[in-house]
Amino acid sequence: MTDAFDDPLVIAGTAFGSRLITGTGGAPSLEVLEEALTVSGTELTTVAMRRVSPGTRGSVWDVLERNKIRPLPNTAGCFTAADAVRTARLGREALGTDWVKLEVVADEHTLLPDPVELLEAAELLVDEGFTVLPYTNDDPVLARRLEQAGCAAVMPLAAPIGSGLGIRNPHNLELIVEGAGVPVIVDAGIGTASDAALAMELGCDAVLLATAVTRAREPVLMAAAMRDAVRAGRAARLAGRIPVRRHARASSPTVD
Amino acid sequence: MELIVNGDRSEVPEGTTVADVVRGLTAPGGGEVPGGIAAAVNDEVVRRAAWGSTPLSPDDRVDVLTAVQGG
Repeated sequence: MTDAFDDPLVIAGTAFGSRLITGTGGAPSLEVLEEALTVSGTELTTVAMRRVSPGTRGSVWDVLERNKIRPLPNTAGCFTAADAVRTARLGREALGTDWVKLEVVADEHTLLPDPVELLEAAELLVDEGFTVLPYTNDDPVLARRLEQAGCAAVMPLAAPIGSGLGIRNPHNLELIVEGAGVPVIVDAGIGTASDAALAMELGCDAVLLATAVTRAREPVLMAAAMRDAVRAGRAARLAGRIPVRRHARASSPTVD
Repeated sequence: MELIVNGDRSEVPEGTTVADVVRGLTAPGGGEVPGGIAAAVNDEVVRRAAWGSTPLSPDDRVDVLTAVQGG
């Protein structure tokens, strides 16, 4: 029997016990964030890089350090490959990791990835020795191109960032999963626990979410729900669901 | 001389280094510069180990960044 709980997520040779990757944006306070991250069981968490404002005390960096959570710097807010490469280098220096969540968006309105700039940035960063985890459209062809460029995972969106719309195109996600030789991580658009479970049932390797937890009415409770949903969805995927049938099939023995 | 620090013009003494600018922003009362900070001069990252030995020139653009909640 497959033990669903001895089933690590492996990215670029590094194993993680949790298949839930979290973001940190949108939390009402660092205290709530810390409790939510702890309850979620996450072992990998994204942060953004921004200019220092004088007098800021207490930081997300301290929270991650204290809880031994690996930081994943992102390139949020970048619109061009050149911007993203610059931001990735700063993240590497600040956080001492060559892992980067590569985000190159097309505009503020949709926050959708710009595929041309994204692929260019991925190629440049892989050449510089980064372990690149790109936030991408749910496009199987682009996912394949990113993998061919040397990305360590592909991270297709479920729906636009922060929208909570859930998985808009499960068929595309399944195609990405079928074709991928690297982990597929659904990133963005998750609204609630069933969305996270569905992502895992479709065969994705992990889920990355932030807003669904940090802006929930009870972030810590939602963090627990997401932890359980990801585990349940993964177990269901490994267990192999029954085929869908058009007609009933008795589950009790027939009467002689 | 004048620098552009995080987008704002700033008057500093001659001989100011990257370390001085970082300390001024992140530890103005003295003490240790916290972790999770990176600095760039004219878009080139300066490694932490080199901050003290990297002097600045007039009109250099110095950016000091930190990890914040996001993503």
